[in-house]
Amino acid sequence: MKRYSAFAIAREALNYHTGWSRAWASPEPKKRYDVVIIGAGGHGLATAYYLGKNFGITNVAVIEKGWLGGGNTGRNTTIIRSNYLQDPSAAIYEKARSLYEDLSQDINYNVMFSPRGVMMLAQTQHEIRGYQRTAHANALQGVQTEFIGPERVKELVPIIDINGPRYPVLGALWQPRGGTARHDAVAWGYARACSAMGMDIIQQCEVTGVRTENGKVAGVDTTKGAIDCDKLGVVVAGHSGVLAEKAGFRLPLESVALQALVSEPIKPCMDVVVMANTVHGYMSQSDKGEMVIGGGTDGYNNYTQRGSFHHIEETVRALIETFPMISRLKMLRQWGGIVDVTGDRSPILSKTPVEGCFINCGWGTGGFKAIPGSGWGMAELMATGHSPLTEAFSLDRFKEGRFIDESVAAGVAH
Amino acid sequence: MLILHCPYCGVDADETELSPGGEAHLKRFGPGSSDEDFQDYLFARENPRGVHFERWRHAAGCGKWFHAARSTDTLEVFGTYSAQTTEPPKEICDRISGKRPGWTWRLFG
Amino acid sequence: MSTRLANQGRLIDRSKPVKFTFNGKSFTGFAGDTLASALLANDQMLVGRSFKYHRPRGIVASGAEEPNALLGLGSGDRFEPNQRATTTELFDGLESASQNHWPSLEYDIGAVNKAFARFLPAGFYYKMFIHPRPFWKHIYEPFIRQSAGLGRAPKDRDADRYEHFYAFTDILVIGGGVAGLLAAKTAAQSGAKVMVLEQTAHWGGRAPVDGGTVNGTAVADYIAILVTELEAMDNVTMRLRCMGAGVYDHGYALGYERVTDHAPSLEGPRHRLWRIRAKQIITATGAIERPLSFAGNDVPGVMLAAAMRDYAVNYGVTPGDKVIVATNNDDAYRTAICLKEMGVDVLRILDARDTGGGELMEQARELGIRIDCGRAIGKVSGGKRVKKVAICAQAGTGAALEEISCDAVAMSGGWSPVVHLWSHCGGKLTWDDSLSQFRPDPNRPPTGADGQGFVVPAGTANGEMHLGEIVSDAVAAGKKATQDAGFKAKRTAAPRGVDTAYAPMEPVWLMPRNAEMELRTKTWLDYQNDVKVSDVQLAAREGYESVEHTKRYTTLGMATDQGKLSNINGLATLANALDAKIPQVGTTTFRPPYTPISMGSIGGEARGEVFQPIRRTPMHDWNEAHGADWEPVGQWRRPYAYVRDGETVHDAVMRETRNVREAVGILDASTLGKIVVKGPDAGRFLDMMYTNMMSNLKPGKCRYGLMCSENGFLIDDGVVARIDDDTWFCHTTTGGAERIHAHMEEWLQTEWWDWKVYVANVTEQFAQIAVVGPKARAVLEKLGGMDVGKDDLPFMEWRDGILGGFDVRIYRISFSGELSYEIAVSASQGQALWNALRSAGDGFGMMPYGTETLHILRAEKGFIMIGDESDGTVIPQDLGLNWAISKKKEDFLGKRAQQRSHMTDPTRWKLVGLETTDGSVLPDGAYAVGEGVNANGQRNMVGRVTSTYYSPNLNKGIAMGLVLNGPDRMGEVLEFPGTDGKIYTATIVDPVFYDKDGEKQNV
Repeated sequence: MKRYSAFAIAREALNYHTGWSRAWASPEPKKRYDVVIIGAGGHGLATAYYLGKNFGITNVAVIEKGWLGGGNTGRNTTIIRSNYLQDPSAAIYEKARSLYEDLSQDINYNVMFSPRGVMMLAQTQHEIRGYQRTAHANALQGVQTEFIGPERVKELVPIIDINGPRYPVLGALWQPRGGTARHDAVAWGYARACSAMGMDIIQQCEVTGVRTENGKVAGVDTTKGAIDCDKLGVVVAGHSGVLAEKAGFRLPLESVALQALVSEPIKPCMDVVVMANTVHGYMSQSDKGEMVIGGGTDGYNNYTQRGSFHHIEETVRALIETFPMISRLKMLRQWGGIVDVTGDRSPILSKTPVEGCFINCGWGTGGFKAIPGSGWGMAELMATGHSPLTEAFSLDRFKEGRFIDESVAAGVAH
Repeated sequence: MLILHCPYCGVDADETELSPGGEAHLKRFGPGSSDEDFQDYLFARENPRGVHFERWRHAAGCGKWFHAARSTDTLEVFGTYSAQTTEPPKEICDRISGKRPGWTWRLFG
Repeated sequence: MSTRLANQGRLIDRSKPVKFTFNGKSFTGFAGDTLASALLANDQMLVGRSFKYHRPRGIVASGAEEPNALLGLGSGDRFEPNQRATTTELFDGLESASQNHWPSLEYDIGAVNKAFARFLPAGFYYKMFIHPRPFWKHIYEPFIRQSAGLGRAPKDRDADRYEHFYAFTDILVIGGGVAGLLAAKTAAQSGAKVMVLEQTAHWGGRAPVDGGTVNGTAVADYIAILVTELEAMDNVTMRLRCMGAGVYDHGYALGYERVTDHAPSLEGPRHRLWRIRAKQIITATGAIERPLSFAGNDVPGVMLAAAMRDYAVNYGVTPGDKVIVATNNDDAYRTAICLKEMGVDVLRILDARDTGGGELMEQARELGIRIDCGRAIGKVSGGKRVKKVAICAQAGTGAALEEISCDAVAMSGGWSPVVHLWSHCGGKLTWDDSLSQFRPDPNRPPTGADGQGFVVPAGTANGEMHLGEIVSDAVAAGKKATQDAGFKAKRTAAPRGVDTAYAPMEPVWLMPRNAEMELRTKTWLDYQNDVKVSDVQLAAREGYESVEHTKRYTTLGMATDQGKLSNINGLATLANALDAKIPQVGTTTFRPPYTPISMGSIGGEARGEVFQPIRRTPMHDWNEAHGADWEPVGQWRRPYAYVRDGETVHDAVMRETRNVREAVGILDASTLGKIVVKGPDAGRFLDMMYTNMMSNLKPGKCRYGLMCSENGFLIDDGVVARIDDDTWFCHTTTGGAERIHAHMEEWLQTEWWDWKVYVANVTEQFAQIAVVGPKARAVLEKLGGMDVGKDDLPFMEWRDGILGGFDVRIYRISFSGELSYEIAVSASQGQALWNALRSAGDGFGMMPYGTETLHILRAEKGFIMIGDESDGTVIPQDLGLNWAISKKKEDFLGKRAQQRSHMTDPTRWKLVGLETTDGSVLPDGAYAVGEGVNANGQRNMVGRVTSTYYSPNLNKGIAMGLVLNGPDRMGEVLEFPGTDGKIYTATIVDPVFYDKDGEKQNV
């Protein structure tokens, strides 16, 4: 694999860039792998990458029904933050955030992690108390956040209106090292790094069945033939239920639409990511200059990747209240993703009733920011059978009533 | 942007008048039930890509709950019916069978 | 040069000159001009800079597909960036400015020269800027960000207003060209309700420019007749300047009407968003011409052939004196013929087809235009405008056969139907080899609620390119939509359209076919985002093989035109690179809106004060007039405190809190939820709803109740009063009324539907006023009319009666530990009763108090507050409320859940009081730390503060919290690290700080 650098680019420029090789190989599947990961989204690829990097397990195939990174990894609003309230969430998201800091260097692919700061506005007394609580918890969890006043909010985000007639800004929870990254690059970069370790990334290959022997996983049947494996990781977001059923167990998951939109690109006017949960909307500005906007989910099961327009209206209305200047910008494109949501809206990273079969799903609206941490923990769980990062996210919590509820401090997750 | 027919007030209601209420025909498990049954009652969900039975409330209308049989991959509505029932009416199941032969659902179909 | 011709222009009024400015320079156009045609008429070829390389950009199209001519319009609070000049109607005083350059449009230092551009191929940023790490955030990214974006950000609050309209129609026709109008007429003749949207200011679309006849009438005249007919029909609504922006599920569509953009002096909203429900939607959205991919195809002066024809016919403008036409189809000949007939010098037609075209070629030849077949453009030279064209063989690699000086190039690579609106809701496409285009697949339309197709394409949007086929297809589409909408279509024969026949087109995806690398790096696919043929080829070579990968890696089609010009050319380039067929490569998804729509229009009227409804209690105005410092609670506004002149909010809270304990306070408690539950099974029902037993409550008495979710968590609390044998009256928290009412209805309607219970939310029917404090009884007695003594109205009972002439119900309940009466009265009497109580309270030192005082008083008494002590993860057992959980009931919501292992875990944190060792106030939300760290390196925590206040009655900080084994650790001291760096220490104490024995409320 050719290393990426400014020098490499300069060298290639002389031959009109004809010397670049494929970023990842596109092989036919082998008969057997130590580990098969189903799903070449960010979480699946990161799991494979850390299996190789941290545990030396490289006889790995990542199988993808469509194109790698073509699911929610490539259709989210790219926010990275770890200012979660509950210990298990703060641990895995902060692990992810800290891995993002060095990810470009680690995988030699610029994922453009930009710690520009993430701010969650407090617009009611209740939110003030919730975020102050989060700030206290974060301090003990090793997550750097602070509760800031409205003047500091205005200083950091000059385009904000802190004196809105309905919901004036009373303060904010500020995470200076939160930010954004280039979503596609995360998938592409991990794929390239996995491929460089000798792993097989097999696209356009659908899993049609999960084979088990005596309650233990034996392999998968795919549209490109049967593949044997010792361990199986199912990392397919909204399709998890279907695959779980093939393996013989059920999941507490529902798939709903989450929508987002971008404006036309304008010159930089907002450096930080702002989330306004009382009015339901969040916004950041991409490096291209587009204002990237998201809101809440639709409340019913849906696989169409289309949402209902009234949610777009509500989100835009909320953000016009918060940032009056966007009224004269134009919406360039709106789109929907299908997110898989669990009973407590926290993810599942867990062993399953089938030995050797592991599941990673239920990230709901917050999956992108967790990718490196999720991959790290999942790799540890699959390689050793235990990971402190994933322990609390096990499936049995729903039976025990041991939920991880992040709606405590803030209404909207993302 | 769904339109669902409210079987109570007869209105073809826009989605903005409705609030979704998740999977229909759940059997309640209370005190005395096993941990597994109680967990499944609260959390295990069908989540099919295709035929689904779900609850809706005509919240900004007559206020009544009703059931809808709907496809989650095309948003086709096979019918709406009373919430005071433990299974969908036969004519709706028949209609689904005509349109989606071989459909199944956990409890029926 | 680009000039206005002497006597052409069907859309302009030469008697009405219009003044406007561009980059501060004054120009003149005519009424009817677009900003683009007026700029061209003034020889303003250069209108902007591209996104990445800042290359000079000129106008390339004449309509919504324009990628280059994006201008800033207006100024101050009416400034708008990124508006397309081609869709901006000219008006007197219009201010416009070009974008993305510094210091000026002509001299932009951001422009990347040829040599440097080589270092910035597709995806270069993924490969660069990796080391050293901090450089991305601090050096590389700020640089990239500064050079990104197009227009500048508006600064001010928008001065304009916007509105939403609803429309319900049987048939919605999107597109007011000949196909749309004819389809509309066909549909309307059945009696169906029809709505027609046209995005421009004129009916007719391209047809009047392209010519031909319908039933022997010139098509422009035929359109005028159609419009007149349609306007005369009552069942037809016609909207100009209204774009079909998006098609959504179940026949929902958005119309984006630009009401006053073209005439800002008019009254009315700037934009109007139509939310339309249609049974059937006809997309008559036309087609877009494709550029040709040759080197230098981005030099200002290179224009789509049909656009050049539009400027000539519609506005009497030619973008050049000496024009070269390059094409792979017959349609571009029309441009050559039209220009030639207007006296423009058409130097050459380069037809990439070896055998050239058909009848139109002959017409052109007869006019004396030289036509070279099998020839291509090798390269266009010129910086800020076209200077010369190198001609080569289409079959070759680009070796120049000849160079000709010229100042404009018209190009046509064929046409792509506008399939966006067909595709938004899932309509599929099929590849048409003969026209090299994707067209709607009639077998796979978007489907609606009934599972049937609800969109019908018509005319060129359906891939029909000749007038004869267009009109017959439009009539067929009209009939199909009519029938599918449930109407009977009238039997009418389609009119006969006639225009000149075409010879077959030939796909040309690269010009010349085997262009060498040097040329491919200058052959633009996406003008705005600077994506070249070589970029797409690089992406394919590097394994970004899916069309989504290529699009994202190169940014092809992601500019503000969303690939309207570049999509098919890019796909074809990718297909060639992968040695695949175009339909195998597939298309990217079409997402709404068709062209960008203003955020203002999406938001609509609901902004500022009316952003969300405000709920007001009957005493709202009084509260406002008496210093209320408002706190939003849901959509209610409650006074946090009543602040007097010279006081801070904190001062006011301290004063009010002391006054309740020492004298008497009055509280507007109207926002508390009030729900009547009535019926033979009401008691049984409430026994399921509450953890306590409610069925055995005696009429006339009250009981504090807790509600849990089926998942076991505490969701609400409040006092329940039994009114009579089958009637209970339930109070909920302020935020809880609607939620709890819905919760009750849900269980009644969907689980226990055979129980005879009726539930009504009467929150807004009653005003409720709490009179609280040692002198409360005296106040009520002064008002007179009811016996409110210790024995007449004991604690936790209620009475109906006449108090001071008001028909009231008095509950003797207390959330403060004081002698307390909550008096309910009809909402209409609320203010009057408030006034009466205020007067009666005059001699007793009565003061109104707000929510913060309410909170402090309840915290002094150790009463929990939903939302503070509970947060969705707390069960009543955590709060020491076991006394309120019935042991006798077999079942209630939450009972089974509370038996799960984690819920019965003895290590759950439990409620205690917390008292700082120095009397200070614990920080809100602080956590108590234990020893060491957990497996993830997080500090172990053993508790947290749930409520914390300064108590002016106790003169110290008081708090409640949830603590590991808390009730067993009375007297222990915990450490709470603050976010201010301090460690607060607090002793675990009983949560009841004030009047532990409850003597004050039982008087």
